Amino acid sequence: MKYSVFSLARNALSGHKNWQPAWRSPDPKPEYDVIIVGGGGHGLATAYYLAKVHGITNVAVLEKGYLGGGNVGRNTTIIRSNYLLPGNNPFYEKSLQLWEGLEQDFNFNAMVSQRGVVNLFHSDGQRDAFVRRGNAMRIHGVDAEILDTHALRELMPFLNFNDGRFPIMGGLMQRRGGTVRHDAVAWGFARGADMRGVDVIQHCEVTGIRREKGRVVGVETSRGFIGCKKLGLAAAGNSSTVAKMAGLELPIESHVLQAFVSEGIKPWIDNVVTFGVGHFYISQSDKGGLVFGGDIDGYNSYAQRGNLPTVEHVVECGLAMIPSLSRARVLRSWGGIMDMSMDGSPIIDKTGIDNLYLNAGWCYGGFKATPASGWCFAHTIANDAPHELNSQMRLDRFRTGYVMDETAHGAQPNLH
Amino acid sequence: MAYLINCPHCGQRTTDEFYIKGDASKQRPGTIGDDTMNQWHDYVHIRDNVRGRTAEHWHHTGGCRQWLVVERDTVSHEVYAVAPASSRTPGKTSATPARKSAARKTPARNTTSRKTARGEKK
Repeated sequence: MKYSVFSLARNALSGHKNWQPAWRSPDPKPEYDVIIVGGGGHGLATAYYLAKVHGITNVAVLEKGYLGGGNVGRNTTIIRSNYLLPGNNPFYEKSLQLWEGLEQDFNFNAMVSQRGVVNLFHSDGQRDAFVRRGNAMRIHGVDAEILDTHALRELMPFLNFNDGRFPIMGGLMQRRGGTVRHDAVAWGFARGADMRGVDVIQHCEVTGIRREKGRVVGVETSRGFIGCKKLGLAAAGNSSTVAKMAGLELPIESHVLQAFVSEGIKPWIDNVVTFGVGHFYISQSDKGGLVFGGDIDGYNSYAQRGNLPTVEHVVECGLAMIPSLSRARVLRSWGGIMDMSMDGSPIIDKTGIDNLYLNAGWCYGGFKATPASGWCFAHTIANDAPHELNSQMRLDRFRTGYVMDETAHGAQPNLH
Repeated sequence: MAYLINCPHCGQRTTDEFYIKGDASKQRPGTIGDDTMNQWHDYVHIRDNVRGRTAEHWHHTGGCRQWLVVERDTVSHEVYAVAPASSRTPGKTSATPARKSAARKTPARNTTSRKTARGEKK
């Protein structure tokens, strides 16, 4: 059923008793053309675009938990395309363009809100770096502007403009950036894929990858063997674990990233704003909660929870940037497991095994990439070749030296 | 939880005093050259990324400034053992051909033998 004002009215008249589930819960078929391991945002988006763009509908998405329970529901909901490097920027800009039309495209309200993303800078050197990044964005046709302190005071009077050691000197603004309701992204893609014939199978954990004569023939799961002609891995957080089932060793470490939300308060912070001294980013949800986060905890972890030193560090950064945050109380915190790659950039590529494809290494930037990741991964699987947009997100780039290291930290994932 | 680390030199200290370098099972190739480039790639970029018990290099930057090997669980965050990195057998570098060919596939065995040697079981 298409969601519209008419379907709303029709269901209102019948007391809202006739709404149907947004997607089916089918039993797995014996074989599919394509199986995607991981029913997160990227896996669901991949299935959606496989069906919609490439007409491949005999597809299953296997999710070990429930939809929205993984990283797609464990982020700070920010979307943006303010990247520097040529291999990254056009990809993230494609993603932002897909976000812009997404709700009409998959007929689901994902509450896409282009409220603007501002990165503050606090020194001459940092201003130079951000001007350079803004110029790189504009060369790629992406919107970017530098705001001075006067404009910032108008926009964000709550910032600490009196910090003598790290004065706010301005900010890099991308007005088309913003936030999206993250659960609705999972639900919208799941429903859109399901409507086109994709089987979204929850509580189905992949425990092995079966190969014959080198090729993948299917997966062992908690619900039995399921055959496939092509297999796509989109299990970020657990990419290494899943890839090991096919004998692949990845340039990835799993780390925990925490995020926080405060009690709901009146509208206060209109944009997304990031701190340039420490690592801190904050926005306000439509419910009123302040949604914020900072660095990863720094140690390898598969636990979806973090530790107190990082909580303290994040809150200290927040208070340094917005002193009045001290009046708000933290309501909830959560942790997600990040695929931290060796250069801070993701991997969407073939694997060296004929019909096995890999989507991994999203670090803590995967949410904004969801639509383009699915779009490019679907293209890569359908055509057995990467799209130009993900042509530099290669698995072998660490061996060849063509890394995409936005922050130039080198192969030390907890610094990216 | 991996919140408190029992430094062999300083006693119980919080994790934020430490810089975490990562996987201690990696073996540094002994020489630089075309014949060892694959080993270098492996050493620098590829990780076992163990889900469960693992050993890592931690630097006590906020304390004794010594390199330590922390054995802990990446799922439960339980810390099993902390020892000076200098006491650790696989840490030595070597350019012998035997070690070159043994690189990469040995970490699990090394971890076990190290634990057994020191009798640290928990």
